[in-house]
Amino acid sequence: MVESSEVRVVRCGGSRINVAAPVISVDSRFLLCASGDLVKVFSTSTEEWVHVLQGHTNVVTGITLNPANQLQVYSSSADGTVRLWDFTDGILIKVQNAFQNAYPGLFTHHCPHFPPECLQLVAAHVPKTLEQEVEVRELSSVLPNISPNPRAVGFGREVRGWICLDTSCTFHLLFKLIYKSTKKGAKNTFTCVSCHPKDDCVATGHEDGKIRLWRNFNQKKEYTYTTLHWHHSVVNTLCFTPEGTTLLSGGIESVLVQWQYDRNSKYILPRLGGSITHISVSADGSLFTTSHSDNKITVIQSNLKVSAVIQGLVKGEAVHTDLVIDPRSKALVLNGKPGHLQFYSLQRDKQLYNLDIVQQEYIYQEGLDQYEVVKAAFDAHGSCLATVEERGKKLSDTEITLKFWDYNETAQSFVLNTTVMTPHDNRITSMCFFPTAETTMVVTTARDGCFKAWLLGQESDTEKQGTDGPSWSCDFVGRYHDLQPTNCCFSADGSLLAVSFQEVITIWNPETWELLTTLCQPPGNIKDLCFGRLSCSRYLLATTTKNMLCCWNLLTCSLEWSTSIAVTLLKADPLSENMAVFTLQKEQTDLFVFKPCEPRPLFTQNALCVGEVQRAIFVPREEPLDNCDESSLWLNRSQLYCLTENMVRFTARKHAVIDDSVAVTPFYLLLGKHRQREQEMCGLPVTEQQGRAQLPQGSVAVRELLHTAAHVLPPASFLCNMFVKSLLISQTGSEKEEEESEEEMDSCDAQQDRRVQGLGVETVPLISKAQERELKKVRRTDYSWLSCLSDS
Amino acid sequence: MGEFTVHRVRFFHYMPSGICAMAFNRRTERLAVARTDGSVELYSRTDHFFQEKVVPGRQQRSIQALCWVGKRLFGAGLSGEIAEFDLDNLRLKFSQDAYGGPIWSIVCNPQGTHLAAGCEDGTVKLFEILEDQIRFERNMGGQKGRIISLAWHSSGTKIAAGMIDMIKVFDLDSGNAVQRLLVERGSRMQQSQECVVWSVLFLSDIIVSGDSAGKVKMWDVNTGTLIKNHQVTEWDVLTLSVSQDETSLFAGTSEGTVVQFQLLDVVLGQEEKEWVRTRTFKNHTHDVIALAEADTVIISGGMDTQLVVRPLLDKLDFKSRDSSLLKILFPQRSLVSCAKKAGLLLFQYPTHLELWLKTCPSVHLMCLFPVRLGLQGEDHVCCSAVAPCGEWIAYSTTSGIRLYRLQRDNKNVSITKVPKLPKVLRHAHQLCFSPDSSHLYGTTSSAVHVVALTSAGCKFEHSLKPNSCVDSDGKFLASANSNSEIHIYNMHKLKAHCTVPVYRSGVSAMGIHPETNNLVIVHADHQIFEFSIEQMQYTDWSRRVQKEGLHHVWLERDTPVINVTFNPQNPNHVILHDSYMFCIIDQSLPLPDRKSQFHNQLTLKSLPEAERLKHSHAFKECKLYQPLLCVDMLENQSLVVVERPLLDITTNLPAPVRQKKFAT
Repeated sequence: MVESSEVRVVRCGGSRINVAAPVISVDSRFLLCASGDLVKVFSTSTEEWVHVLQGHTNVVTGITLNPANQLQVYSSSADGTVRLWDFTDGILIKVQNAFQNAYPGLFTHHCPHFPPECLQLVAAHVPKTLEQEVEVRELSSVLPNISPNPRAVGFGREVRGWICLDTSCTFHLLFKLIYKSTKKGAKNTFTCVSCHPKDDCVATGHEDGKIRLWRNFNQKKEYTYTTLHWHHSVVNTLCFTPEGTTLLSGGIESVLVQWQYDRNSKYILPRLGGSITHISVSADGSLFTTSHSDNKITVIQSNLKVSAVIQGLVKGEAVHTDLVIDPRSKALVLNGKPGHLQFYSLQRDKQLYNLDIVQQEYIYQEGLDQYEVVKAAFDAHGSCLATVEERGKKLSDTEITLKFWDYNETAQSFVLNTTVMTPHDNRITSMCFFPTAETTMVVTTARDGCFKAWLLGQESDTEKQGTDGPSWSCDFVGRYHDLQPTNCCFSADGSLLAVSFQEVITIWNPETWELLTTLCQPPGNIKDLCFGRLSCSRYLLATTTKNMLCCWNLLTCSLEWSTSIAVTLLKADPLSENMAVFTLQKEQTDLFVFKPCEPRPLFTQNALCVGEVQRAIFVPREEPLDNCDESSLWLNRSQLYCLTENMVRFTARKHAVIDDSVAVTPFYLLLGKHRQREQEMCGLPVTEQQGRAQLPQGSVAVRELLHTAAHVLPPASFLCNMFVKSLLISQTGSEKEEEESEEEMDSCDAQQDRRVQGLGVETVPLISKAQERELKKVRRTDYSWLSCLSDS
Repeated sequence: MGEFTVHRVRFFHYMPSGICAMAFNRRTERLAVARTDGSVELYSRTDHFFQEKVVPGRQQRSIQALCWVGKRLFGAGLSGEIAEFDLDNLRLKFSQDAYGGPIWSIVCNPQGTHLAAGCEDGTVKLFEILEDQIRFERNMGGQKGRIISLAWHSSGTKIAAGMIDMIKVFDLDSGNAVQRLLVERGSRMQQSQECVVWSVLFLSDIIVSGDSAGKVKMWDVNTGTLIKNHQVTEWDVLTLSVSQDETSLFAGTSEGTVVQFQLLDVVLGQEEKEWVRTRTFKNHTHDVIALAEADTVIISGGMDTQLVVRPLLDKLDFKSRDSSLLKILFPQRSLVSCAKKAGLLLFQYPTHLELWLKTCPSVHLMCLFPVRLGLQGEDHVCCSAVAPCGEWIAYSTTSGIRLYRLQRDNKNVSITKVPKLPKVLRHAHQLCFSPDSSHLYGTTSSAVHVVALTSAGCKFEHSLKPNSCVDSDGKFLASANSNSEIHIYNMHKLKAHCTVPVYRSGVSAMGIHPETNNLVIVHADHQIFEFSIEQMQYTDWSRRVQKEGLHHVWLERDTPVINVTFNPQNPNHVILHDSYMFCIIDQSLPLPDRKSQFHNQLTLKSLPEAERLKHSHAFKECKLYQPLLCVDMLENQSLVVVERPLLDITTNLPAPVRQKKFAT
């Protein structure tokens, strides 16, 4: 058990689903979209996630249906491969290792991919072989120097010509003509292109919001165009319906515009909630999907009625609010849509709901100064929420509002309790709740040089105000030498409040508001502040801008230890003594986990990811593990999630989780082992998250049966017997099961051999006890490893 | 460069009138434009739309349609008469009543033998075109309902007539209506409202109609069925025009837009073609009433009084002066005359003259008060002039010339009409006084007439042939005609002196230098010539200009030079002006070479004094005053600048059709 446990980083979700245009299956039942390294298959009717196609080792950049077989889908990835999948079963059919260091992104009808290698459009001929992995060598360059935007390439009727826009605003009709946007000064740069499926007509979108329909481009100069104009700023995407009767366009206005192709009329679908980045249409034209900048896919029927919304993790330009866990729903809470807080389920990788904080109509326009939620904090039970929103870039016109929300049981949502306009004269730098439930108190620190404590009013006050219940009011304003406070933190029992003023940490008594002591370790301002928990609660940790990590002993008021380390983030586990520290060195982030009382780190992970970890949080587990491995002990009670931004090639964010692979049940251990092997073979990332969430206590065999692909299963006649047996209530106790599984673990490899034998055996009329036991094992095993064996 | 006292005059309330009809003659490349005041202007397409001739208007004359038959121009209007214009003498040749009430449309057949007029009483009247007149031939139709628009099929056997709620196709052999195509308003509007077919076109196999429901409809000729319906606007489609090869179609709407339709292949390389709406041009603020298509340009005009020449860029190969948009808003002749010595300004309005007198003796300030001269008769003023001494005012209409004498003593001004003008001088295209105010010169199409003015009266002196665009100093008189021939007369000997070699472009302005007797000629294509009258040859400066060539910025200007004057203080200075700038040419400075900066006044300012001279060149432009109607030098080194702000013109126009800009 101990040997098998290993701590790994798993990308667990939250990736963007709006990177590439989604694909609707021919029967309009499934929606396929690229999401990080995966291709996710959603149901168009229920919005639910059906399954994933995993195998790519880097971000998927484009997907398209196989024109030869509409039940298969090609996907291209930044790892340089193009893969062919059967998406109904989720099986990988073929891998084409075509492009070393290439960036495949696009597809055509017959030639499957046109990767813009160094922004170059390339036609690749795929050799017809039966092998799963194919090396494509025949590449012919079509056009150098094209735009990296996938919407800038379109394919015309019968692949007679395809259109793309290159970086120098030129409009190429390949093999035919080149148009340039000629007018100087006018903002008529091409942004996207689409070809009419039947007529020789090309639609282009422009930066000034116009759409031009180009015709007659076989003549040298007498080409002509029609202008359609509704969008007031950039047209992001264009798409013709398969019949060519309508043209769909979308832009920053979050309005889908449906243009009638041969008439000058249009229909619009407004208020879709985010600027439209992609539009795709199903093969029969009955369903449209629009991808939005707020990581959302909307499924729209052809009569312009929204039928489904698939919402991913919304991530704006920055996560101003730190990652917060809602204690009630255990959901991750962070900035969502502009002016909203989103509640995001980590287990299901799905947004639960949005809480409108600003409560103002959002106007989609560039350059407008919008309200943004910058801080959010929950109290210990999740019954109170405090949020800070602000607007205004300059200090003079900054508007800050502090809002307190109460959880309403009947409405199952947060209800606004108190609004404080301008709680501070300058930006609020930090906010924290009193850690215990006895007192409801919030402390805010701001750049105006003071920190304030806010208290929920007493019941007696409420009578004056009527029936509204108690409201919040300011209780105390603290200052220290006109210095700017940066951070505040309560000790675990709430007896101490630490507020850092630039270089100085002040310790206050929240009962009497008496300044107890000051701690200082120059040089460098305090960046992060954190009290130790449980057995280490006597320690106070702080990081400074001069790359110091300091630990004070509060009993002696002296520096216990300090170390020079470039800390970007310091996080404490609320349920244990452990602290996590992220450091950035040579563009790579390292992770250290330690206890404040021990100088030796519990766990070290070098090169956690490329780039900086922006936010991180310990998320308490629903059921604590009892794991005794020293290096993964710290993960027993909670998991560490972190949010990174990979700026190297994508603006996409990946959401990674550090997780242990130790399973709850012994069976799961076995499963985990096989999964690991799978990883080695196919390079697949693991999705225990999904598996564990669905893990039922009962019939494992049933689940395994249903989950394993049909073509790798033993014959049905062979399985039927076991299947029926598995449904019967077993007479042996659970202890026996335990024993068995322990045995299994000891002789894991041997069992595998045996299992292979077992599969080879023909149906036996009389099953001996030993055989029966063997079969039992067989039905409990995961057969997916077999598929890998047979594939390789 | 010199400093001037500038009198900035903004009280000339010139108001152009709206364009109501247009006809383009492909053979002579002339465009005829009719305005709401009844005047007809002729523009030459080969000369970059230079306004060659103006037939002055007349009260109560409205022209609804113009039609070229060969080189003859016919017009018809709501007065019910068909008139032919005499383009040599710039007046009506004859007019004939059609006896069918107001005429909405006239059209001539492709062979050029017949005219058809659509009348209020619902008949199409056919006229045969004879040498000097037209003769009524027969009536077609005759049911109730006016005929708004007409189109003749290229075979000459069928006429389509746009009426209210329907289009009728007449067969010329039988004279009967062959087809009735019902044009209805869409369901969106009230069905009860009538739908006027404002314009109809007869192509070889389809009829195209534009109606008041804002639709352009294509009808099959043989079956009379609707093929295609384009909703172009919410308002009216007022006019249609088709290119000669019938692949491109334009529609003008009341929103001020011109919409292009093109006959395009649905799939490249296949037979099937379709009329597709392509481009939309919006250059007008008001209704586009008239459209004309001239191969590579589309010309539109309407209620906002400007003539817009829009090049079709897909038909042009390279960038040139022709590939830029041209807007003609101001007349390309001077409507202001200035008495240099007396400091008087005479403004010419269509129906009256306005004389502004200097009352204040101060040099720098020109306090003026107006004297208004009303007109007798219905004809509009075609030209006017004031003598340099300020004593004489003359104006001409198509029916006669009138001369007034102005007498001033202190504040009292009396104007007396001079009687007994010589009979020869019945009508003049141009009027001009000699610099010493002793003679009046009037030009007709054939001769220059000289009238001697004395305090007692006037006396006819001589007739010199031939004529137009006159300028004179004391000794010499130069006249240019519409064929851009320039004749120079010696006024002392009263006989022809010489002629200037003919240049291909029309003369837009000229002037004789008072000291050197050099004639400066500016053509419509902005070429400048200087001709020494005494030596009867081009001067050295002019040869240098021709040899080195003018700067391309100068040649690409789109409005022609209207006036040439000279600086009395500095004989090297020639002052030219067009509608958007005035320019002083210093003949002593070198000409700008092709690569140098043309507008270099600002850069010169930044240079040190010594280097300035090295970089300066002959052309000094001033764009401070815009748009200009007149720039003239007074004797005391002051400059009179007559401006007409565009805003004043647009505010006087009727309100345009209201449009919703952003809507969901």
